[in-house]
Amino acid sequence: MHTITLDSATDFDGWRKAARLLALNDVQPQDVTWTVRGGEPELFAAEMDELPEATEGTFNVPAKFVELAKAVILHRNPERFALLYRLLWRLRGHHDLLNAATDADVAEINAMARAVHRDEHKMHAFVRFREIGREQKAHYVAWFEPEHHIVELAAPFFAKRFADMPWSILTPDVCAHWDGHEIAITPGVARSEAPGEDRLEETWRRYYAAIFNPARLKVKAMQTEMPQKYWRNLPEASMIKPLIESAERATSTMIANEPTEPHKPQQRQDAPMASKARKTADETTGTIEQLREEAAGCRACPLWKNATQTVFGEGPQTASIMLVGEQPGDKEDLAGKPFVGPAGLMLDRALGEAGIDRRKAYVTNAVKHFKFVPRGKIRLHQKPATPEIRACRQWYERELAAIKPDLVVALGATAAQSVLGKITPINRNRGHLIEQDGTKVLVTVHPSYLLRLPDENAKALEYQRFVDDLKIAAGWLRRSARAA
Amino acid sequence: MMDVERKLEILADAAKYDASCASSGTEQRDSSDGKGLGSTAPGMGICHSYAPDGRCISLLKVLLTNACNYDCLYCVNRASSNVRRARFTVDEVVKLTLDFYRRNYIEGLFLSSGIIRSADYTMEQVVSVARKLREQHHFRGYIHLKTIPEADDALIAEAGKYADRLSINIEMPEETSLAKFAPEKDVRAIRRTMGRLRLKLDEAAEARATKTKPPRFAPAGQSTQMIVGADSASDNTILKTSANLYGAYRLKRVYYSAFSPIPDASRALPLIAPPLVREHRLYQADWLMRFYGFDVGEIVDGTASGMLPLDIDPKLAWALRHRERFPLDVNRASREELLRVPGFGRKAVDRIIATRRISAIRTADLARLHIPRNKALPFIVLSDHRPSARLLDAEGLAERFKPKATQLGFGF
Repeated sequence: MHTITLDSATDFDGWRKAARLLALNDVQPQDVTWTVRGGEPELFAAEMDELPEATEGTFNVPAKFVELAKAVILHRNPERFALLYRLLWRLRGHHDLLNAATDADVAEINAMARAVHRDEHKMHAFVRFREIGREQKAHYVAWFEPEHHIVELAAPFFAKRFADMPWSILTPDVCAHWDGHEIAITPGVARSEAPGEDRLEETWRRYYAAIFNPARLKVKAMQTEMPQKYWRNLPEASMIKPLIESAERATSTMIANEPTEPHKPQQRQDAPMASKARKTADETTGTIEQLREEAAGCRACPLWKNATQTVFGEGPQTASIMLVGEQPGDKEDLAGKPFVGPAGLMLDRALGEAGIDRRKAYVTNAVKHFKFVPRGKIRLHQKPATPEIRACRQWYERELAAIKPDLVVALGATAAQSVLGKITPINRNRGHLIEQDGTKVLVTVHPSYLLRLPDENAKALEYQRFVDDLKIAAGWLRRSARAA
Repeated sequence: MMDVERKLEILADAAKYDASCASSGTEQRDSSDGKGLGSTAPGMGICHSYAPDGRCISLLKVLLTNACNYDCLYCVNRASSNVRRARFTVDEVVKLTLDFYRRNYIEGLFLSSGIIRSADYTMEQVVSVARKLREQHHFRGYIHLKTIPEADDALIAEAGKYADRLSINIEMPEETSLAKFAPEKDVRAIRRTMGRLRLKLDEAAEARATKTKPPRFAPAGQSTQMIVGADSASDNTILKTSANLYGAYRLKRVYYSAFSPIPDASRALPLIAPPLVREHRLYQADWLMRFYGFDVGEIVDGTASGMLPLDIDPKLAWALRHRERFPLDVNRASREELLRVPGFGRKAVDRIIATRRISAIRTADLARLHIPRNKALPFIVLSDHRPSARLLDAEGLAERFKPKATQLGFGF
C-alpha cells in the first residue's frame, strides 16, 4: 500500500508527478491511498510502502485527459485523486477509452469535470461586487461560496474583465485579489469580513422587479438555472418570494381592469414607416421614379410574399440600351438593385469588354421579385413560371415606354420570353438583331448560365460568345448614334 | 423631475416583452490592456440572474424612452396607452450600465426605444448611448441595439460598429396581422432593413475571411422576435415565416414570445394567460429546423390544424407519424438518422458516434448518454434490445408518451 500526500486540495502538479511515478512502477490503483497535507490522517491505515524510486521513462496520455484531470482535481469529491489515477491506469492500455461515454469511470470523470465548469460559470455569473470608498479610491469586494475549489480557476476572468478596478473576491477557502497588475491568492476568511451592502443594490432590486413578467411565472425554470444555494449571496434574491406571491394578483388585475380611454398623443411629427412604399403614382405612364414607387407595392403574382422587396430597373431615363435579365437573385433581393451579385459582376466585365458603359444602360429584370425555396441558411433560386412572367410584363412594358431605348438586350430565356412575348430558344435566335414592335432586340444568354458551367474551357468559350453578342449590340448603338 | 430609479422601473417594465437577453456568439474581447472596462464571453454568454418568470437576466434591458408615435395594439408602449412615460438621458443610461457592470450584475446593455420624432432621430439617440460607452468609456461588454426600420444607412453602419447584436422585431407571423394590429408598421420596411443588415454582415464576414481590414459590424449577428397567440396564425405559418427569415437574412435567432397580458391593454386582444407551452413547442420545432436537419414542411405535416401538439414534443410527434422509419439500429444508423430519434439530443448523438466505435451501445448505457429511455426505446434497436413489432404498430403508442393526468386540488 502506498500513501501519497499532496500539498493542497488542488495540487495538480503533485498529483501528476506521483501518478506518473506510480504508473511507471506498475502500482495498481487499489494499492494507493491519496491524502492532502493538513487533511485528516487515515486511521487504521495499512502499513505503508515507500514511494518507489524515480524511474526513467514517460508514457503518453491523450491531451484531453490532462485537460479533464485539471478540472476534476478542483472537484470537492475526496475520491477524485484515486478516480483519476484509476482512469490513467486504464488509459495506458486503452488509448480510446475517453471516447467511451458509456464507461462508468469515464462517465463519472466527465460528470465531475462538468460540475466544476458549471460552478466556475456560475461564479462568473453570481459574484456580486460591493463598492468600498468612492471614485478614484473605490475598491470592489465580493463574498462568494463556491461549491468546488474554483477560485483560482475563475479569477483570471475577473482580472480581464475588470482590469481597471481593484477587486477582491472573498471565499471561505481562498481569496483572490486584483490590484490592476496581478492576481494574489490569500487564505480564506469569514463572511463577516465582507462588506454588507452597496449603494446600488436597491436600484438593482428595482430593476429585477421591473423586468420580471408576472404573467409568466416559471419558478422551476428559474431554480434550475439559479439554484437556491446561491440565493444568500445575491442581493436581488430577497425579491423572489414577494414577486412570486404577488404575481397572480398582478396578472389578474391586468386582465380584469376596465379598459381606459385611449390616450391621445399630442404630437405626431413623423410619417408612418409605410408611407414611402405605399404612395400611388400615375396609373399608366410616368417617369421611372414614379413607376418604381408604384411597383414597390406590386401584388400581381404571389412572389412578393416571400421576397424582401420589388427590385425595379435602374439607370438613366435617357439610356439608349436596356438590358433585361431573368429575376433578382439573393443579393439583389436584399439590396433592392438589379445585377449586383456574382452575375452582375460577370455582366459588368463582359459589357466593358464589348465597349458598353453599364452606367449609361438601363438594367432591369423580366420578373421583379426573387423566386426561391428556403434551404436552411440559403435560398435556392427557382426559375419563374409563365404566369409570373406574364404578371410582371406590365412593368417591362411601362419601363420600355418610359425609356424608349434604341435596343433591348434580353439575357436568357425568361427575358427573351418576356421581351418577345413568346418562348424563344436562345441558341437559334442569338447573334443577330430582331425587330419587335419597332424596337431592335438582341437575344443572348444570361450571365449566371456562364457561372454555372463546370468546365473551364466551355466557360471561357461561352463567355467569349456572350461578349461577341454584346459587341453586336455595341456596334448597332454606335451606328444609330451616328445616324441621329 | 423623476429620479433615475423611477425611470429605470418604467423603462425596464416597458422593455420586458422583448424576450431576447442573449449575450452570446460575439467576438472575444477583454480589457487586459488596462484601458477601459469589460469583456465578452464568446460561445455561451453569461446569465447573471434569473427572474421568477424563468428568464435569464444577462443585460440591462431598457428603453431609452417609452414615448412612442406608433399605436401597435399588442404593445404596452403604444401611443394610446395610459402607462407612465419616461425618458432617460444618454448619460443616465451610460452611467447605469457602467455602475451595474462594475458590480457584475450584467454582461452589458440591450437598448431599444419608442419611435419619437422620426426613425433617424430615434436611431441617432440609441446609437449615441453605444457611441459614448465605446468611445468615451472604452466599454468592452456586450451591446445589443434595436434597429429602427428605415433608419439612414450611415446610422445603421454606426450602430453595427458599436453593437454586438442588432435586432428588428417582425412582431407578427403574418403581414395581414401586422397591418391590423400595428397600422404604422410595415413588414416590407422591416424586411428591407433586415436585408440591409445582412448585406453589411456579409461584407464584414468576407473582410474577416480575406483578412482585409473589416468594417466592424455586429459580430453577434441579427435576431428578431415574433409574438405568438395575439393573432390567429397557426404554428405552421409561424415556422414557415421563421424558415423564410432564417434563409433570407441569416438571423442568429428568431425569438417566440407568447402574448401576455399587459397593463392598460387594448380590448382587441385576447387577455388570457400567455400560451407558454405553445411557445416552448415552437422553440423545439425551431431547433429541429436549425440543428436536426428537419425541413419546415416535415415538422407540422399531418396536422390538419397546422398546430403542433401541446402534450408531446414535435420530434416525438414526427416519429409517431413516421413509424415506418423505425426501429433504428443505434449501432449502425447515420448521424442524420440518429438526430431524428425521439429523446436523442445533439450531444447524445455525438457521444453515441464516438462510443460505438469502441463498444456496442446497450440498454444500460442510455442513462450515461443522458437519453430518456422510455421515450427512446420503442424507436431503437440496441445490442440487447429490440422493440416488439406490435409496440411500434400499436394504436396506443402515442398514449404512452402523454403526460399522466394529475389529480387536482389534493393536498388538503
